[in-house]
Amino acid sequence: MSTSRPPVFLERQSYRRRRLADAARLLPLAGAVAFVFPVFWSGGDEAAARPATADAGLYVFAVWLGLIVLAALLSGRLVRHGEDADQDG
Amino acid sequence: MLSFNLLLAVCLCYVVLLFAIAFWAEKRAEGGRLGWLRSPLVYTLSLSIYCTAWTFYGAVGYAARSGLEFATIYLGPTLIMVGWWGILRKMVRIGRTQRITSIADLISSRYGKSTLLGVLVTLLAVLGTTPYIALQLQSVTLSFAVFATDSHVATPEHWQSPDLEATALWVAAGLAIFTIVFGTRNIDVNERHHGVVTAIAVEAVVKLLALLAVGAFVVWSVADGPGDIYRYIDASPISDWQVAPGRWIGLTFLSAAAFLCLPRMFHVLVVENADERHLATASWAFPLYLFAMSLFVVPIAVVGLATMPEGSNPDLFVLTLPLSFDREVLAMFAFLGGFSSATSMVIVAAIALATMVSNHIVMPIWLATRTDGASMSGDVRNVLLLSRRLSIIGVLGLGYTYFRVSGGGTALAAIGLISFVGVAQVLPALLGGIFWRGATRVGAALGVGVGFAIWLYALLLPSFGPDAAMPAALLQDGPWGVGWLRPQALLGTGAMDPVIHALFWSILLNTLAFCAGSLLTFPTPLERLQGADFVHVFRHPAGARGWSPGMAEAEDLLIMAQRILGPSEAQALFQAEASAQGKQGYLPDTTSDFLDRLERELAGSVGAATAHAMLGQITGGAAVSVEELMRVADETAQIMEYSAQLEAKSAELSRTARQLREANEKLTALSIQKDAFLSQISHELRTPMTSIRSFSEILRDGGVEEPEARSRYAGIIHDEALRLTRLLDDLLDLSVLENGQVTLNEQDVMLSQVIDRAVTATGSRADGLRIRRNPADEQVPLRTDPDRLAQVFINLIANARKYCDAAEPELGIAVRRGGVAVSVDFVDNGAGIPRDAQAVIFEKFSRLGDTSAAGGAGLGLAICREIMVRLGGGISYLPGQGGAAFRVTLPLANVRAA
Repeated sequence: MSTSRPPVFLERQSYRRRRLADAARLLPLAGAVAFVFPVFWSGGDEAAARPATADAGLYVFAVWLGLIVLAALLSGRLVRHGEDADQDG
Repeated sequence: MLSFNLLLAVCLCYVVLLFAIAFWAEKRAEGGRLGWLRSPLVYTLSLSIYCTAWTFYGAVGYAARSGLEFATIYLGPTLIMVGWWGILRKMVRIGRTQRITSIADLISSRYGKSTLLGVLVTLLAVLGTTPYIALQLQSVTLSFAVFATDSHVATPEHWQSPDLEATALWVAAGLAIFTIVFGTRNIDVNERHHGVVTAIAVEAVVKLLALLAVGAFVVWSVADGPGDIYRYIDASPISDWQVAPGRWIGLTFLSAAAFLCLPRMFHVLVVENADERHLATASWAFPLYLFAMSLFVVPIAVVGLATMPEGSNPDLFVLTLPLSFDREVLAMFAFLGGFSSATSMVIVAAIALATMVSNHIVMPIWLATRTDGASMSGDVRNVLLLSRRLSIIGVLGLGYTYFRVSGGGTALAAIGLISFVGVAQVLPALLGGIFWRGATRVGAALGVGVGFAIWLYALLLPSFGPDAAMPAALLQDGPWGVGWLRPQALLGTGAMDPVIHALFWSILLNTLAFCAGSLLTFPTPLERLQGADFVHVFRHPAGARGWSPGMAEAEDLLIMAQRILGPSEAQALFQAEASAQGKQGYLPDTTSDFLDRLERELAGSVGAATAHAMLGQITGGAAVSVEELMRVADETAQIMEYSAQLEAKSAELSRTARQLREANEKLTALSIQKDAFLSQISHELRTPMTSIRSFSEILRDGGVEEPEARSRYAGIIHDEALRLTRLLDDLLDLSVLENGQVTLNEQDVMLSQVIDRAVTATGSRADGLRIRRNPADEQVPLRTDPDRLAQVFINLIANARKYCDAAEPELGIAVRRGGVAVSVDFVDNGAGIPRDAQAVIFEKFSRLGDTSAAGGAGLGLAICREIMVRLGGGISYLPGQGGAAFRVTLPLANVRAA
């Protein structure tokens, strides 16, 4: 059955929109990886080697804030560009 | 010191204020003046019901006990919100197009509107949420207890006083009233509860400001700013904390899963969502809210640990810290914050659960007990409203009972994560349902069932302690003494934290059962339809057809719809459909499209499964079958194939039309040429005829005496006769060639000889045409008819001589041997042939411009072409050579290997 397929190649604007959507999908993955980091600090026995709780807290909160800023930038653009970013490709 | 009565008064005022706000918002919504009530800000704030009293008070206690781990409860939702484009947006769109009323409805609707799955998810939700509601009641009573006692330390005996137990009851009753008043005003859940949402938004602001105020007080009033807090942290027991990898990752995952699956979160995220774009704002604004909520948690915890007396309950630091510094207004504010967190969560949870219970448990039972089916007497709306109100009371009553029975305490505090694990069991079926078309009802039921069972066995029942819900021997040694099956150490994994252990095993086996069940079973047609609709919700917004047309009476449908939607709404719907079909009145044709639409409208009120069952009763179960599905697909395929054929035909037609147009143009041009030729040929014939006639008349009349004159006249007559003969010869020659009657006299000959002959024959040296040749190239042996070939060459050279208009006419003859052919180019340095004439020069009777000087009849090139075709080669005009240029090609067959 030959349904009307979406075009394989897109003009520059639509292409950018789709990559924007890709970025929005990747952002939580990047955030998850950044949030997993503190797990590796606990490995060593020597307490001196791992960051203090306060520093760890600063790290977590900094990543958090970074995610919020990135999400705000991406979602603003995605909404302006509308629905075109739905298809993958 | 605040009196308990003052506290109660403030609390009551706050409740009255909330009622007023909700009432005002409902009024505005009724008047259609929603304005900012529908703004992304309100949507974002309504999501804050995620931050319950457990997180408002409990996060500080959590931080005091386990350091930064409290943040994981917020990190999961942050990741989900930030990744809204992937999952949440799809859920919201599905919720909109399918008129989803709850998470149980989503699961049930996706898997073929299955009642079983709806019941299963509802049960899971009730079991998972009841302790949570109890937890909220506990937190409210505990916070009351703080104020009721003179000491600022809350210890368990204080909230056991009869006064405080009554408090819990009053709170529960007040919440039930609020929820019933504002949560069951309208049946159609998709019409949204503006009053509730607005009140919740106000509560969200109150609790955020309260926590920030306490935090600011702690950081800048008790401590000396952030630097001092840093020192507090280093000095506190928290500084010893280190990440427990399993819990850190596990709890982040758990909170993310719960955020998606919690009935109350689903309700505010999906059901109450008015506009998809609100999600975009919430994607960063809600994480920001969570960020702000957790910013001061660690400071409050460390300062509390340092300044409060030994043995204080860290869960209540938010209240007791301001009190111990005699900041009573701040403490009151914090109390209201905690109160807001508890009440908003309970209200939404009660609405969500009541919707689920009434749509997935009460309505199916009620439908089944009615013998007269869906076209029953009585108003379904009343039944539905009543069942929803009773469900709200039931849910809150369950929560209160749980609170009383469990007796509060640490068992209740731990229930937050336990109930998260419970509701997270919906996750595989949920994600599988919206991203995987192959997910089936059996798989989903198996997955949820297995996960549910493991959650009960490995987490919920053991959580009550040994011998409470599970015998101690079972906990210790496993069932029948099989150590591998010990509830908290399945397959010997006892080293894991109990919550993570249960999460790991339940989600793992849940997912396995879900996948295996889906892979091994075959879905029903309705499941496949719904699956395609859900997974491709962005591609097919229209939805597929689920009903066979024509089996139901429109009147029966109208009667049923009136009972569920209300008479005016149902009549408006039917009238609109009828007029869309071009009919008068209220009864449209029962097409499958209409049945689908009606079902979705009903689903917005009673849930997909019930709506489907009711329609099924009226239509006699005429839901679509596999064969029907395939037939529809076939029809579509045929239509598409047909249209593809039409397209191909149309392309062919336009190609033919183009060819015809070209042919017509050529024919028109040829006809003009022929007309021109006819006048030319008559002229050509008449001119010699005239002179022949005149001179022969002169001779006949004998008027000329001189013999020289006579012989001159006879010569003229002879010449003119020759000219006529030549013309007729040419015509004859062409005719013979065209009819293929010519016989070729093939010989072996060198190309140079043929060209020599042609050049000599034209005698061009005599009248100034210079010919450039390259004799070396011309040494090409040929097998051809040299006379005919020479005739072509002669014609081309003669043409150059006649038509080349350069001051010093020059003709280049270039021979090129290619791989397959030898080509002979004749290029002169004249003006060339105009572009529009190039197409017709090889046609018969073709002559360019005023060519009377040339004396030909326009047959030369036509003859050349015919000859070259006979010889197996060709002749063509070469444009762009700086003058008239012709290429004669002789193909490989005539080129002999040298």
